[in-house]
Amino acid sequence: MSTPATLVNPPLKDELDIVIPTIRNLDFLEMWRPFFQPYHLIIVQDGDPTKTIHVPEGFDYELYNRNDINRILGPKASCISFKDSACRCFGFLVSKKKYIFTIDDDCFVAKDPSGKEINALAQHIHNLLAPSTPLFFNTLYDPYRDGADFVRGYPFSMREGVPTAVSHGLWLNIPDYDAPTQLVKPRERNTRYVDAVMTIPKGTLFPMCGMNLGFNRELIGPAMYFGLMGDGQPIGRYDDMWAGWCTKVITDHLGLGIKTGLPYIWHSKASNPFVNLKKEYKGIYWQEEIIPFFQSVVLSKDCTTVQKCYIELSKLVKEKLGPIDPYFTKLAEAMVTWIEAWDEINSPASESTAPAAVDGKKK
Amino acid sequence: MSNISIKDDEVDIVIGALEPDLTYFLEEWRPVFSRFHLIIVKDPDLKGELKIPEGFNLNIYTKSDIDRVVGSSPISFSGYSCRYFGYLMSRKKYIISIDDDCIPARDSKGGLIDAVAQHITNLTTPATPFFFNTLYDPYCEGADFVRGYPFSLRTGVDCGLSSGLWLNLADYDAPTQALKPENRNSRYVDAVLTVPAGTMMPLSGINIGFNSELVGPALVPAFRLAKEGKFRWETVEDIWSGMCVKVVCDHLKLGVKSGKPYVWRKERGSAIESLKKEWEGVKLMEEVIPFFQSIRFSEEAKTAEDCVAEIASLVKEQLGPLNPMFARAADTTVEWIKLWKRVRAQ
Repeated sequence: MSTPATLVNPPLKDELDIVIPTIRNLDFLEMWRPFFQPYHLIIVQDGDPTKTIHVPEGFDYELYNRNDINRILGPKASCISFKDSACRCFGFLVSKKKYIFTIDDDCFVAKDPSGKEINALAQHIHNLLAPSTPLFFNTLYDPYRDGADFVRGYPFSMREGVPTAVSHGLWLNIPDYDAPTQLVKPRERNTRYVDAVMTIPKGTLFPMCGMNLGFNRELIGPAMYFGLMGDGQPIGRYDDMWAGWCTKVITDHLGLGIKTGLPYIWHSKASNPFVNLKKEYKGIYWQEEIIPFFQSVVLSKDCTTVQKCYIELSKLVKEKLGPIDPYFTKLAEAMVTWIEAWDEINSPASESTAPAAVDGKKK
Repeated sequence: MSNISIKDDEVDIVIGALEPDLTYFLEEWRPVFSRFHLIIVKDPDLKGELKIPEGFNLNIYTKSDIDRVVGSSPISFSGYSCRYFGYLMSRKKYIISIDDDCIPARDSKGGLIDAVAQHITNLTTPATPFFFNTLYDPYCEGADFVRGYPFSLRTGVDCGLSSGLWLNLADYDAPTQALKPENRNSRYVDAVLTVPAGTMMPLSGINIGFNSELVGPALVPAFRLAKEGKFRWETVEDIWSGMCVKVVCDHLKLGVKSGKPYVWRKERGSAIESLKKEWEGVKLMEEVIPFFQSIRFSEEAKTAEDCVAEIASLVKEQLGPLNPMFARAADTTVEWIKLWKRVRAQ
């Protein structure tokens, strides 16, 4: 992937929304302007709704704050986290597009080893439009990439691949470490550019980071719920992890693929590891039981849609994880609320009337 | 990478000689190989004397050695399978094996890539088959486990096999290379990763390292194409044995790594010429995928030998009826285990 999108003919211009959660500002958009400007932005403003978030001139966007979220979802707004970037999934909910790219406001344009600026969005699009190969590992990584192919021994019957649901990008500079690792290695920076995209094999879980992520909303959207985090919740910094585990189980079940690797962005801000430790603390312990749960989930054959898979998953969460802590019962219920909200907002009847961002700004 | 002390006397480098003149090959590898013991196995079909430069610590095995040790046996050590005789005869813990048409690759600064050192590093650092780390090898310098990686899985497991890659001529099958004759792999991917448990992969034999104590018997020279030839495009012996190794490692909770090191693979033969040969075996390989994907070993299978014995009977039982080639593979596997035990007992 070497050709960046041009302003004249950017790929999927009318089929992709860029969802950005923010509580600070959107200054980072200036650096992304050459790559993002042709696309529609959905800004999800977290925190104090009375604060005005300035969006740089020239971008086409809609902005939702907490008042908008409450108004649009009513009682169902309880499933959307407050004071946590997990609120980004509200943007996924209200988008009308086929594809989503989501990025954090402390992520900037990275350079590849030749010094060229990386158009992360274009790479995600490329990843999403090319098939995945979850059933058999290709040792030369993405076989559809220029200059690569399937290696000797790769079954011919599997070379068509499956549709790609998710494209998971990586980060140069500040790596996505947990709090304990940050505390032990405060100076470590990721300087290794690994020039590969690969499919995460079927049956294997991974930690999905939400700061540089693309997905096909039509294929997997309802599974991209980022859980109950932040204010009033016993846990934080596990929102994207939760969405990733649910999504992986469902994509495996439905025969879809998840890719990881390129593109890289430049992650500039290292969050406070002590604050992070407090947020992650319960997660570190709960994770040890959550992982075996996801590893052993089997969804029934009549789960033929993402929503059905997700509802069944919510029941299993309540049953199997509920005993660990009441949080999981609450989470399981929120998962159901999310699907109800998804179906309501995205039903054919509601497609003509877009939920207007009144309190925020729709441009 | 240089923090790992390479235990030189624990390593054997096994080279299958399919061409008689190894001068160029060994001279190119001299900076890397000279400190190790080499086992060179001459393809029993090869006529003429081997040409080997001075200054190496090595043992050479030829047809007469193979005949003496193996006796009459359905196992064929001809062509690329000759290296398995080297694995059999080695007494070392780590075995590295590189095809004789590969020379050291160079990194972006023009420095020689020490493929042996990288294989040793891969084999002596833990593998992480139970959860995918998005920053690849968490044990290498400048990397670690990412947020969300379960802590209980961070100790990892032993690595049984390290599968390297190839610059220039990648290991494509004949149809692929014939379709894209100009295709050369120039992409250096700076990563090593563990291939997850339960995931199958095509294990190329061109550039590998393995822990013989852990997985040795699982590299089985059992499956040969009817018209198996002297070019990699005309073999699947490593693909078959690679699938055996992977299922064995998955069962024994060992890891298989893939990625660095790269070697530089030179041109040899013609993909189109190879394409003209019959592909009965390649079609058959498609049928074995579901078989390998669904193999379950018994609880009593605690070593690689145990597992391989079970593979043999499962192959005989489930694949044998489909084609005599599989029945032969099963019998060959049984013979291989007997041979392995007998040689080890001496």
